[in-house]
Amino acid sequence: MYSTKYVKPNSTTEALEAIKSLGEGKFLAGGMTLIPTLKQRLASPDGLVDISGCKLDSIADEGETLKIGAMTRHVSVAESAVVKKAIPALAKLADGIGDRQVRNRGTIGGSVANNDPSACYPSAVLALKATIHANNRSIAADDFFTGMFETALEDDEIIESISFSKPTKANYVKFPNPASRYAMVGVFVAQFGDEVRVAVTGAGEGGVFRHQEMESVLSSNFSADSVSSVNIDSDGLISDLHASAEYRANLIKEMTKRAVGQIH
Amino acid sequence: MNEVTKIDGIGSSVRRTEDKKFLTGKGKYTDDINRPGQVQAYFLRSDVAHAKIKKIDIKNAQSAPGVVGVFTGDDIAADKVGGPICGWVVPCRDGSATKEPPHPLLAQGKVRFVGDAIAVVLAETAEQAKSGAELIDVDYEELSPVVDFENAGDGAQIHDEVPNNCYFDWELGDEKATADALSGAKKIVKLRVRNNRLVPNAMEPRCALAEFDNLDDSYTLHTTSQNPHLTRLVLAAFMFAIPESKLRVIAPDVGGGFGSKIYVYIEEAVCVWASKKVGRPVKWTADRTQAFLTDCHGRDHVNDVQLGLDENNKIVGLRVDTVCNLGAYLSAFSVVVPTYLHGTLLSGQYDIPAIYTNVKGMATNTVNVDAYRGAGRPEATYLLERTMETAAREVGMDPAEFRRINFIPKDAFPYQTQVALQYDIGDYEPHLDKAMEMIDYFNFEKRRAEAAKRGMYRGIGISSYIEACGLAPSAVVGALGGRVGQWESASVRVNPTGTISVFTGSHSHGQGHATTFAQIVADKLGIPMENVEVVHGDTDKTPFGMGSYGSRSLASGGSAISKAVDKIINKSKKIAAHLLEASEDDIDFKDGKFVVGGTDKEKAFGEIALAAYVPHNYPLETLEPGLEENAFYDPTNFVYPSGTHIAEVEVDPATGVVQVVDWAACDDFGNLVNPMIVEGQVHGGIAQGIGQALLEDAHYDENGQLLTASYMDYCMPRADDLPSFKVGYTTTPSTVNDLGVKGCGEAGAIASPPALINAVIDALSPLGVTDMSMPATPQKVWKAIQDSQSVAAE
Ligand SMILES: Cc1cc2nc3c(=O)[nH]c(=O)nc-3n(C[C@H](O)[C@H](O)[C@H](O)COP(=O)(O)OP(=O)(O)OC[C@H]3O[C@@H](n4cnc5c(N)ncnc54)[C@H](O)[C@@H]3O)c2cc1C
Repeated sequence: MYSTKYVKPNSTTEALEAIKSLGEGKFLAGGMTLIPTLKQRLASPDGLVDISGCKLDSIADEGETLKIGAMTRHVSVAESAVVKKAIPALAKLADGIGDRQVRNRGTIGGSVANNDPSACYPSAVLALKATIHANNRSIAADDFFTGMFETALEDDEIIESISFSKPTKANYVKFPNPASRYAMVGVFVAQFGDEVRVAVTGAGEGGVFRHQEMESVLSSNFSADSVSSVNIDSDGLISDLHASAEYRANLIKEMTKRAVGQIH
Repeated sequence: MNEVTKIDGIGSSVRRTEDKKFLTGKGKYTDDINRPGQVQAYFLRSDVAHAKIKKIDIKNAQSAPGVVGVFTGDDIAADKVGGPICGWVVPCRDGSATKEPPHPLLAQGKVRFVGDAIAVVLAETAEQAKSGAELIDVDYEELSPVVDFENAGDGAQIHDEVPNNCYFDWELGDEKATADALSGAKKIVKLRVRNNRLVPNAMEPRCALAEFDNLDDSYTLHTTSQNPHLTRLVLAAFMFAIPESKLRVIAPDVGGGFGSKIYVYIEEAVCVWASKKVGRPVKWTADRTQAFLTDCHGRDHVNDVQLGLDENNKIVGLRVDTVCNLGAYLSAFSVVVPTYLHGTLLSGQYDIPAIYTNVKGMATNTVNVDAYRGAGRPEATYLLERTMETAAREVGMDPAEFRRINFIPKDAFPYQTQVALQYDIGDYEPHLDKAMEMIDYFNFEKRRAEAAKRGMYRGIGISSYIEACGLAPSAVVGALGGRVGQWESASVRVNPTGTISVFTGSHSHGQGHATTFAQIVADKLGIPMENVEVVHGDTDKTPFGMGSYGSRSLASGGSAISKAVDKIINKSKKIAAHLLEASEDDIDFKDGKFVVGGTDKEKAFGEIALAAYVPHNYPLETLEPGLEENAFYDPTNFVYPSGTHIAEVEVDPATGVVQVVDWAACDDFGNLVNPMIVEGQVHGGIAQGIGQALLEDAHYDENGQLLTASYMDYCMPRADDLPSFKVGYTTTPSTVNDLGVKGCGEAGAIASPPALINAVIDALSPLGVTDMSMPATPQKVWKAIQDSQSVAAE
């Protein structure tokens, strides 16, 4: 790790000021992604702005939506009675991230801002029609993820919270990469009345994406069997050491089937 | 025996006395040790696999903040410091010797793998050393990398001394007799198997702390070693040409080795050298990336097998042609692993009248390959047990029965194999039977049918393995090209109050010697185990010894301790005879007491100890005072653990995921000193074997970049990948040593991979799948299922 400055402001306003005063500063949330990057010297920010003091840790049921503060740790989402009641699939997703240590540190804001193509949360954000509340604007999920590790967020914008629409039913099923246990393929299925949204993570060359065909098939007949009829195109899917695009295509279908079959 | 000694003695599952410190984070590892004024070393490593170095510019690094020194291969050459040596070489088929290219401590003119060290930077802090290294400018002329070891002969030459990139081309057995046997066979089973390349992944990364004392011109090295005395010998005699007395090597707590910490690595040697150069202690600690890139890897074989059967399905001959990858430089035991520790095991548990094997050891632009838990025996067992299962399937026999009819019968021991080894003792059917019973083999088809109802493919696979531990005897080792002895040493010091200090040449890096060795002494002397202290790992304290590898510690190191204790007992009897005014022949030693036979006259062991050190009433004219004995034990033969492991798996055809659902391991380790520790070794070994068979794979791309250089891509077994193991034993005590013990440290890793792959193939056999390579990853298994279905559809 190169040496760097560290500040810990008490509000988002101060955090934004701090980041502006730096040339290439970085917000530090749980540090589960950022710190390893720094240790390996893959990044050399001139300062870290630790946002854990900015009071962004909250979970609130707001009727139609469930609002979660950016600094909320995975463990808090996984164990929250509010989340379990409003969107149990989201608690299940958080509970399956990494290991206990990672869940105790990692945050929802960090995960969404980072948009790792294998991360779990982005699929929930897309499928649950979430809104990302940055410091000065709100961004719809469909406009937020712009490519692998890319989002609509500017460098000096901070995510304050994320509002998830409450679905009728939802489920998240992940096929973990055997080594890292990130999602090799993760599928988030959400039903809002007649509307069905299916978001796939871990598989797309452009990061998380919605599977239109699956959505339309499931909207007309919500069953695991109808998933079987969908032909999953392997074009545009990631091919790597662990899984070819064809294998990922198979996993998308299989994980969707399982998500639909066990939805509640 | 009194209560206490009974609990503590040989055969009891005493809790490991060393665990308290390890479990509470109080272990003292090399990295925990610091010296005033120490500097930190960082090695600049090649990021290309094969290149000439045209120029190295260190100027900017030298003036970087905190940097104390920057050195390259030129500095090492100027001081005439030698490189690591090869500890065992073999003759080639054409009569030539193994090609032994030099391995400079820092690259001289050429780099040969990604991770090859080019320069060392010493600085006040590790971060400054690393920053300094970033300022070194290396001008490479890239050469074409040789990665595919099967075709390495056609690649660019890596060493001038190694034509066709072939270090050796070795053979064992009778080629003609084997060819005749195969040509007369009713059936020949052919198989090509690959033993995947593994990264050892000891929990503690390598580390070294070297200091130089200019008052008496001597060095002290703390290092992560499985055998500190060998490290001292190699460093002092072969690298620095200094007397051994000028170098003290301490391997304190060491967090696992699995073979990877046997050898002397360039980093520890450079630290020793640099500590004198800069006049300050030098410390280096590998991070995990360096561990992946530079610890010696394991396995990496391709074996072509031909097994001949007669009309009764009895084996008539076996031929195995092996090509193995030894990497960029010849590591210490890299040559013996695929030859004498592999070719000699090819008879397995079977009576095979003709065997021939040829092994070619290839150089590639990858890190060195050397011993890894099992070292050669897992490769032999894998190819043989895969072949046995395939043969059984091809001739339509139950694989257990096919093995049974080919086992060496129990009355045939000692049994001379066609590949040099002579098995002293064994009895193979009982462990096969017991393992089958443990896993309920005969009801397997019911379980398969039940799984099929759930849409799962269930399979069962057997592996009956033999292994050879405690390499020996030294004279034979020497005749076969070994450059070291294979004895072990012990020194047993009785303190005046009757407590014991055992100094062993073995080294514990997780095996539990402090417990098992103390149990042996406690048992033999009839004293409480708490009274026995075991000292290891410091060349200033322990006698010259060979360290721990190849499951030799108990069979060789434990036997040396046992011999030294026998000498203590003999001398004690003389002292007791004097004190009790009896003849030495009338003294019996039992339960910690010396008794005059047929009387109630006795002396406790503690009283004898005191008399030896306070010799007021003592036969000084015939006996020296004090009570301390040394023993060097050179075994007359290997010991031969054997056993049968049976794995049961379920395969999910939708995803290709293999779940290990049951496991029975029945092993014959001879007598068990501490069954709990043995069981732990079996569990750990099986876990590693399951890792190899399902998860682990060190993968270099065609440019020689290690793609699996972190835990994001290199998959280690986790607890939830493993079933609950059923562990059982049969016992034929070894005839080689007095304790009747064999080795247990590697058996699990040797036995398990073929059992598991055989089970996977069995599960998929209804689909027509007949082969599966390691690791059987979900993607690979899924693909095999897809391919079998498309074949079926054609
Ligand atoms: C061993 C391991 C296993 C893991 N397994 C999984 C897994 O299975 N599934 C999964 O989804 N993830 C997994 N992760 C990732 C984990 O969820 C991380 O915590 C997450 O990706 C990043 O969150 P963080 O709070 O640690 O962010 P940090 O590392 O602190 O920051 C990450 C990036 O986001 C930026 N950032 C952080 N917060 C904000 C904000 N509020 N506004 C704007 N930018 C912000 C930072 O500047 C930085 O660029 C794993 C991580 C590890 C180490």
